[in-house]
Amino acid sequence: MMPGSTSRAESRSHADRATKWAVSLPPSLFLIAFFLLPSLLMVAASFRHPGEFGGLAPLFLDGRLQLTLETYRFFAGDFIYAEIFLRSFVVAGLTTLLCLLLAYPLALLIARSPKRRRDLLVLLVILPFASNFLIRVYAWIMLLGPAGLLYTPFAVIVGMVYVHLPFMILPLYTNLEKHDPALLEAAQDLGAGAWTRFWRITLPLSLPGIWSGTALVFIPVLGMFAVPELLGGTRDILIGNLIKEQFLDNRDWPLGATLSILLTVAVLALAALAARAGRLRGKTS
Amino acid sequence: MAILEIRNVTRRFGELNAVDDVSLAIEAGEFFTLLGPSGCGKTTLLRMIAGFDEPDEGALFLDGQPLAGIPPERRPVHTVFQSYALFPHMTVAENVAFPLQMVRLADDEIRRRLRETLDLVHLADKAGQYPHELSGGQKQRVALARGLINRPRLLLLDEPLGALDAKLREQMERELIALQREVGITFVFVTHSQQEALALSHRIAVMNAGRVEQVDVPERLYGFPKNRFVADFIGTINLIEVAVAAADAHHLRLTAPGLGDIFAPPLAGIRAGERGAFALRPEQVRVLSSKAAADLKNHFPGQVRDYLYLGDVTVYKVALENGAVLEALEANAAPGCAKFHEIGDVVDVGWRHDAGLYLPG
Repeated sequence: MMPGSTSRAESRSHADRATKWAVSLPPSLFLIAFFLLPSLLMVAASFRHPGEFGGLAPLFLDGRLQLTLETYRFFAGDFIYAEIFLRSFVVAGLTTLLCLLLAYPLALLIARSPKRRRDLLVLLVILPFASNFLIRVYAWIMLLGPAGLLYTPFAVIVGMVYVHLPFMILPLYTNLEKHDPALLEAAQDLGAGAWTRFWRITLPLSLPGIWSGTALVFIPVLGMFAVPELLGGTRDILIGNLIKEQFLDNRDWPLGATLSILLTVAVLALAALAARAGRLRGKTS
Repeated sequence: MAILEIRNVTRRFGELNAVDDVSLAIEAGEFFTLLGPSGCGKTTLLRMIAGFDEPDEGALFLDGQPLAGIPPERRPVHTVFQSYALFPHMTVAENVAFPLQMVRLADDEIRRRLRETLDLVHLADKAGQYPHELSGGQKQRVALARGLINRPRLLLLDEPLGALDAKLREQMERELIALQREVGITFVFVTHSQQEALALSHRIAVMNAGRVEQVDVPERLYGFPKNRFVADFIGTINLIEVAVAAADAHHLRLTAPGLGDIFAPPLAGIRAGERGAFALRPEQVRVLSSKAAADLKNHFPGQVRDYLYLGDVTVYKVALENGAVLEALEANAAPGCAKFHEIGDVVDVGWRHDAGLYLPG
């Protein structure tokens, strides 16, 4: 071994580590300041009393810490909240499923078109983002109103699917575009017809794309309040509306904080469950 | 009857005849190789056999039945792809069992055949692993096992050894020969490597610009190439421009301008006066100090231009008096001896009267 080679390797790994820190520090600080801290503030707020005119009541009153489980008790005590939660998950699930069914053939079509045309087609997918979100949702009011479908659960689903479709198409396309066409040829050569090639090769290989698309649609739909507010009826409110109402209309910040924390916990639990199911399936197959 | 008959097949891509009026008959149990430089049409021909492409003219027959219009998934022909094309989300066992699942074989029969086939390619202990966990040689064997397990009438191999390093390639060549002998399935092998083709094949079709130049067993292809292209493509060869001075039943007398007469083995149908090339393999040329060459019928003075030491042999380049440069290969029997001649040495090159070959045209 060359003399001094160890220390050179060591100083190299020190430099590597320093670079890693320098690169990851700014985004880490950003996330801590604008995500982690606010989340903790929300958790804290959920245990406090509402202020008389909105906001929060003082934390210390008469020299005593003012913390309570009141909002959680309130949530558990009224079945309407659980029902809204459930409805929100159903709407989110249904939206995700419809997005998937619409987006998959489209993404496949784009991924299999000639290379030169793909960029144009992807551009067309993201083109709606060029106009304002609210304007696009208002356009649906014009479309659904005369048909008598406005302010129905159907209108909410249509709006949700319309708004979130590109978020399903793009990750699916990114995944499908990377598939090696030789695999499909090999499958065909070994006796697989068109359907079998799809079920045995294309679909399983696109699962990562399906999962990212699902996450990108399901989670935002859960928190979305604009679409149900504009297109849905009074009975179609979702968690997003409920949370917004607590903060803006009812001025019950602790309840709003509680609802948004429960939503976060539910989403995380669902994600963990999905990851676990994926791991188990990977093990058994 | 031939297992595969290719009858006057032509495939055009725009102006180009990728495959140009090719006729071949491949016999059952053969290890048959399509050999040629890239763009010679060998892969296009292979894709037509597999069913991924159809001929513009002519037809293919498998066991006497026309293949036209039958899609790849319904041809009893399997392919080992150049990139292996293993399914990354399936284990070795799932990859290899795939063709059997396609024909809906019973589970216990699939398990039996799977075990048998994995044993055949020495992969029994890798059944549960994924392709990305395997080495290049192991992936190669998985691709072979997957192609063979359903006992196709033909196994097509598209440059399957191209991605392997030299040492592994030689080992895989031996395994391929043994495997083909053991399973008895007809192999159609595509390669641009003449060395691979010579080592593996029962018969070789040399292709150039969409046409078949020569079909023959390896040793005849090497020893008796039909034309300049085949002579030049298979191995290394010296070509000397000559005119036929005299031709009889015992020998040919060729005249090389600026050099003199060359005596070559007789060839039917050659007439005095015609022009062609005299072809001579480097290993047939001896490089000798002057005078020692006198016993050889053909010998000419020359000067050593350079040499290349390859370990087992040294390749000399010797310039003759007419400016032609001959390549000569000398075995290095003496240990530690890189060369017997120095650059600039005046030497004689010589060869036997029955060495070499006259190529008309």
